[in-house]
Amino acid sequence: MIYREAGDFKTSYRDDGQTFPIRLDRWGYYALLGVAFLVVPFVIDSYWANAVLVPFLIYAIAAIGLNILTGYAGQVSLGTGGFMAVGAYSVYKLMTAFPGVPIFVHILLAGAITAVVGMLFGLPSLRIKGFYLAVATLAAQFFLVWLFNKVPWFYNYSASGQINAPERTVFGWAVTGPATSAPAKYLTCLVFAVVLAWIARNLTRGMVGRKWMAIRDMDIAAEIIGVNPLTAKLSAFAVSSFFVGIAGALLFSVYLGAAEASEAFGINKSFLVLFMIIIGGLGSIFGSFAGAAFLVLLPVLLKNLLVVRLGWPTDLAAHLELMIVGGLIIFFLIVEPHGLARLWRLTKEKLRLWPFPH
Amino acid sequence: MIATPAAEFSTDKGATRPVLMDLKNITLRFGGVVAIKDISFDIREGEIRAIIGPNGAGKSSMLNVISGFYVPQQGEIWFEGQKRPPMKPYQVARLGLARTFQNIALFDGMSVLDNIMTGRLNKMKSSLFSQALWWGPAEREEVENRAQVEKIIDFLEIQNIRKTPVGRLPYGLKKRVELARALAAEPRILLLDEPMAGMNVEEKEDMCRFILDVNDEFGTTIVLIEHDMGVVMDLSDRVVVMDYGRKIGDGTPDEVRANPEVISAYLGVAHE
Repeated sequence: MIYREAGDFKTSYRDDGQTFPIRLDRWGYYALLGVAFLVVPFVIDSYWANAVLVPFLIYAIAAIGLNILTGYAGQVSLGTGGFMAVGAYSVYKLMTAFPGVPIFVHILLAGAITAVVGMLFGLPSLRIKGFYLAVATLAAQFFLVWLFNKVPWFYNYSASGQINAPERTVFGWAVTGPATSAPAKYLTCLVFAVVLAWIARNLTRGMVGRKWMAIRDMDIAAEIIGVNPLTAKLSAFAVSSFFVGIAGALLFSVYLGAAEASEAFGINKSFLVLFMIIIGGLGSIFGSFAGAAFLVLLPVLLKNLLVVRLGWPTDLAAHLELMIVGGLIIFFLIVEPHGLARLWRLTKEKLRLWPFPH
Repeated sequence: MIATPAAEFSTDKGATRPVLMDLKNITLRFGGVVAIKDISFDIREGEIRAIIGPNGAGKSSMLNVISGFYVPQQGEIWFEGQKRPPMKPYQVARLGLARTFQNIALFDGMSVLDNIMTGRLNKMKSSLFSQALWWGPAEREEVENRAQVEKIIDFLEIQNIRKTPVGRLPYGLKKRVELARALAAEPRILLLDEPMAGMNVEEKEDMCRFILDVNDEFGTTIVLIEHDMGVVMDLSDRVVVMDYGRKIGDGTPDEVRANPEVISAYLGVAHE
């Protein structure tokens, strides 16, 4: 009854173009943000941070990044893991080379470096499309991981071949390194996730986003009405890689603390993030969050259910978990190929008319 | 069709206005196939110029040459008194050419409003950075251009579908949205490739009215490919007739109608 557009008149084009046109939506999101920033940090413990919220936020950033490229601009990429590795190794090299610079600057710079690398590997997209482009980006995945394993300069010649995040503080709070508290990890990732989601929303509702979608929907028509395919595609690769690079930098420096390229940023990561946007919904910011939540939370839920509640052996539960997740992915693709975002939208449309659907 | 006789529209627009685009000796080949063979004609400011001919005559190829999608092997294109160097289609768009397609080429995943807004992309200059922050010039431009787009939406009477995804629209409306997207660019020359194909009589009448209104109110020069002879003869100021890649006639609708070569191309010749 309350969820209505009726009576909520827009009197300017500015109001009409806003992100949440329905008042209740707007309040709902403000309330959610309020809880996320003001309540959760005080109640979060390390289990919730490490198993649920921090990976959720980091993968949501990566999923938004990939969604910009694949969902909005229509360029399929299997190089997400490799680009996350670029973000991680960039932030590591920056942190160790310039210890005095604030960590937030390093993370942003790592994103910028990844953007450049992403543009470089995006160049083939000017000539090839679809599956062929996916294979070309796969080459980026394998090459980048190989590079970070083979060239000792990247891991500062450490004996183990790993990179370890040194401790860095923001306002006296450790946000990287072993001493980091759960709220600090959570808040760092939350700040990045919220700001980046807002930026992604702004880009996709403006002219840049329209150019990307035009290229996605019909590239020839887009070019004829004046979209330069070179700048449109490369800007999509750059922005997408910027997001993915920041996700990689956060994954390494804030979440994992130590990483090794082929283990932390292998092809599995690329597929994981791709599944997130397919399940969540291509071309939707909300879908990126939903997909990340689904694939981060589902294993945790299943583990709780099978091991803690039913008392199954851990290894059996682990295998079964893979099968269940796989099955659910297939189920989802058949039942709702447009993802959770579509389900959410349909629910909202129904709700708007409830209780008089006609 | 349109009730008013053609003569009322075909004042001497064609003869007196300055030349906007001049196509000189255009030849276009695909391998061994000659799609366009040594064709020259001009397009004058503010006229409605039709290109007609049987299927496969090379009309769409001609439009693709004008819009920069094909680069002819021979010939020159002069636009506003300057020779146009070989250009990419998006550069041609910046010169002020917009077009619609024979089989609709809208962006199906976007709303009607976004489709039309995309047509204004060359009017919007704000940087990636200011768009990312939705701050200052980005928001101002968005609102200003939205106002322009709303005028076109009013003009084409598609207010009620502005937020609908284009993929859900019926064919006739899609054609109208495509015209709106082309108009949003405020083109100097508007190229229409069979704007009335597959429409019923009512939709055709609407489309004719829109084309005449665009020409009349905005003074837009229009190049039109169409198979419906009634429409062509009523709307256009001058007509180019093509057959097998050659130009076989050029002139006012009445001149073209009387041209024996045109008659033979359309009706066939009596064999003795």
